[in-house]
Amino acid sequence: MRETAERWGFRGLYPVEAASEYVGGMGLLVYEVLRCLSKRWEGRLILDQMEHIGVRSLSIVTLTAVFTGMVLALQMGNYLARFGAKPYVGRILAVSMLREMGPVLTALMIGGRVGAGITAEIGSMKVTEQIDALRSLGVNPIQKLVLPRLIALLVMLPLLTVLADLVAVLGGLFIGVTELSVSADFYLNSIVQFVKFQDLFSGLGKTFFFAFFIAMIACYNGLEATGGADGVGRATTKTVVTASITILVSDFFLTKLFLSL
Amino acid sequence: MEPTGFIECRNLHKSFGDKPVLEGVSLRIDRGETMVILGGSGSGKTVLLKHMNGLMNPESGEVFVDGHEISRLEEEDLREVRKRVAMVFQGCALFDSLTVAENIAYPLLEHTTLPPAAVRERVEEVLALVDLEGSEDLYPAEMSGGMKKRAALARALALKPSGLLYDEPTTGLDPIMTHRINRLIRDLQMKLGVTSVVVTHDIQSAFVVAERIAFLRGGRIRFVGTREEIQRSSDVIVQEFLIGG
Repeated sequence: MRETAERWGFRGLYPVEAASEYVGGMGLLVYEVLRCLSKRWEGRLILDQMEHIGVRSLSIVTLTAVFTGMVLALQMGNYLARFGAKPYVGRILAVSMLREMGPVLTALMIGGRVGAGITAEIGSMKVTEQIDALRSLGVNPIQKLVLPRLIALLVMLPLLTVLADLVAVLGGLFIGVTELSVSADFYLNSIVQFVKFQDLFSGLGKTFFFAFFIAMIACYNGLEATGGADGVGRATTKTVVTASITILVSDFFLTKLFLSL
Repeated sequence: MEPTGFIECRNLHKSFGDKPVLEGVSLRIDRGETMVILGGSGSGKTVLLKHMNGLMNPESGEVFVDGHEISRLEEEDLREVRKRVAMVFQGCALFDSLTVAENIAYPLLEHTTLPPAAVRERVEEVLALVDLEGSEDLYPAEMSGGMKKRAALARALALKPSGLLYDEPTTGLDPIMTHRINRLIRDLQMKLGVTSVVVTHDIQSAFVVAERIAFLRGGRIRFVGTREEIQRSSDVIVQEFLIGG
């Protein structure tokens, strides 16, 4: 069992011990980040990260969203046609995207692209002693590295999600018009009439939690990376897996939470 | 008892998991002297060095810098200590997304309110100290190992520290560059009067730069003395290390 644990990167500890260590370490990081919130915010670093996390993710998020919207419209349109409800494909698609698919898909894409990048960058700095160099120069690495990435993710993930929602609805519109013979006016009007503010709020509310999870997991794994390039590679994989699982599992509980509000 | 050295370690214990690395290390480094910590690979030299500016904390024992105990300080409170005791890392640890000038300016911009012209002036000044004039715009990836070591040293000197910690400063360098770095360490000590602690396993380098040498073995200091004293040491293990080297 120990061998299996070691192979999975738990450094000679049993999974329960490793999980406790991981959760404990993460708790300490969150505590440090909260302490740094009251200190000077590095505006330039935050803007750099917003550009890196947000602007450079536009293409991947747009591409994912447009095809998701098109596929959903195709599937739903054909299914709804059995009940003669094909014209209502827009409203079902919009609610699915706003409440679930938009936030979760965007978070998964950002967790993969940005989370992996953050871990690789911070992990490389860790194994080449650049983090220690920062500390030895009297600079707090949490304030310089973790906080700007967290803030940038908290700002950019909701915005990217809104973009993904919009693009997916437009992708659905394209399929609705070209494949399902639904008029553009009807498609859009049915969305405007049916979709409520709570649908948008419920989806966007989740993105703040997802952004927090991605930033913390990615930064923590980077800061804990050891053992050179191999260690950075393992840390990066761990981030993608942990962030994806955390997003999917927390989505269930967040959905329950937002439905009860 | 009041600490008398600029840096003083008392009965340090440190382990990683169930592997002890430091087992009761005590060492005093006087103000303005160059102390070399000599020892084989894995003897705990770097770990000991990292205790001297609070990058690592001991499980038990005390570390004094300029009379103040630092081993229990919070990261925030260590800022002042680290401004006064700078470190040159084994792999140089230059920030690879920044140029040499930006690397050196980094601590100045963080800790001082110097205007840009004064920062530039200080950058040029420390680059001249390490013979790296004209390298301001190079990135670490564009530099040789020796240049990186000197740039790292220049960054460490930027805030005019009272102490310098060198972690294996000549590892991976050719003999000519090793000689140049050793000479630089000596010259800086003489010109600036900084207290220097040099960790190395290179005996020749140790004899060039050291005023006193501490020999670390099995997590304990086995010998402390001058170059002449270590050569005359009757300790078989010390002599084995010197001859083997």
